[in-house]
Amino acid sequence: MTRKIKSLQRKYKNAKVRIIVYAIAVLVLVLIAIFAERLCPFDPYEQDLSMAYKAPDALHIMGTDAYGRDLFSRVLVGAKLSILTTLLLVITISVFGTFVGVICGYMGGLIDGIVMRISDFFLAFPGLVFALAIAALLGGGVANAVIALAVISWPKYSRVARSQTLSVKNSTFIQAAILAGDKPGQIMIRHILPNIFGPVLVTAMLDIGTMMMELAGLSFLGLGAQPPLAEWGSMISNGRSMLQTYPWVVLSPGFAIFVSVVIFNLFGDSVRDYFASKHHLS
Amino acid sequence: MKEIIKVSNLSKTFTTRKNDKTAAVREVSFVLNQGETLGLVGESGSGKSTIARLLMGLIAPDRGEIRIYDNDLKTLKKNPLDLYSKIQMVFQNPAESFDPRKTLGDGIAEPLKNRGYSKQEIEKRVVELLEMCGLTADFAAKTPASVSGGQCQRAAIARALAVQPEILICDEATSSLDVTVQRQIIDLLVELKNKQNLSIIFISHNLALVQMFCDRVIVLYNGKIVEEGEPDYIINNPQAEYTKLLLDSVL
Repeated sequence: MTRKIKSLQRKYKNAKVRIIVYAIAVLVLVLIAIFAERLCPFDPYEQDLSMAYKAPDALHIMGTDAYGRDLFSRVLVGAKLSILTTLLLVITISVFGTFVGVICGYMGGLIDGIVMRISDFFLAFPGLVFALAIAALLGGGVANAVIALAVISWPKYSRVARSQTLSVKNSTFIQAAILAGDKPGQIMIRHILPNIFGPVLVTAMLDIGTMMMELAGLSFLGLGAQPPLAEWGSMISNGRSMLQTYPWVVLSPGFAIFVSVVIFNLFGDSVRDYFASKHHLS
Repeated sequence: MKEIIKVSNLSKTFTTRKNDKTAAVREVSFVLNQGETLGLVGESGSGKSTIARLLMGLIAPDRGEIRIYDNDLKTLKKNPLDLYSKIQMVFQNPAESFDPRKTLGDGIAEPLKNRGYSKQEIEKRVVELLEMCGLTADFAAKTPASVSGGQCQRAAIARALAVQPEILICDEATSSLDVTVQRQIIDLLVELKNKQNLSIIFISHNLALVQMFCDRVIVLYNGKIVEEGEPDYIINNPQAEYTKLLLDSVL
């Protein structure tokens, strides 16, 4: 028994250390995204056809694209668009989905039935295909791509929040809160939200990587960022015909997506492990 | 004596997922008089806790009526702040009755916060309540997981008494505590009862505690009242078969 507890405590400490390490990596990514323009060695939008398709060298460390634009600068500026819009997207859907899920779980009855059938409707379609349809309907552009992904992605959070709410709402301390005179809204905000925060946060953290890929995917398909805007997905899309001759045009933004998604996923994993070991310990 | 709670023909049936019906409370009628301590005894599943939750309006009865101060509970429930200023409850498991993410002080302050007390008033009152229930002021900052069961139950009693209710329902309030602590909690309840002029419904499966603490006792079996009377009389002259069984199993 004590051995088990010790191993759990070790896991807990381990997860804490990993969270800190990956959080620093995430912070670095976000800072790069925020200060992208200042970090650019070249103007990411300045065209110079004489410099087209230059292989990576000391000056252009990721090479140049079809219009002679510096790829490193474009990847940096692309980070701003990709990372910040992904974070905005994840925050929006997690807040909205949780809000809906908690209300449905706590109130139950007709509202719960109706909203959960709507969320079933969204979950029944393959996500990206549905997002494609919505983005196509709304037209191209980053904002529309974010809206399209938000529309299809919130039900996941409402499901998590609802099931967690159902498991918390019959607790004795919720009954005690009713006797203290709390109104339903106060119970949800004071007692349910803080107690379901962990699982929702874990879902959100693990979702960042996925959302980043889907946003890039929509841009790759021409429904997200439009040229000449520097965005990783659309940069890959623009360079894909040159994959065999000038691979760096595709590999540079591809590498950026890969690194960011891996960092966010590792961070999400460590947050999940942290909450899991904390839960088992208590 | 003035009747402050009058329960008539109360029935509640629970339906499980598989559509099995369990009648938890069947045609139960009783009264609670002003200043009285009424014991409800019976084994697990005899409907004691269901009656407590029905009285608090946490669940609705299928049939029957509960009147508190001669008002129908259904009407009183429309104004929960008023209702729960009159009647409060102490739960069986003290640690679970406090939000694990908040301090005991937050829990005790909550009913006061909902009634518009100022921050200073609340702080002062929380300390008063803790001290009244035999705890020190520093317990306000502790979490339910970091105190013992007895201390947590004292805090729960402090919370229940924060709004100065006239009726207190103790649902197995001592059952999860060890014997010496049970005695302390009973002593505390006796003391508070006299000080605050409380009327108490004391739910328990422990006949000895009920005999010591209650003025009158109701024996429940399978959701029905099988016997009612003074504790000493019932223990010495049990009429119902079930009461005899219950007594035998204790002695």
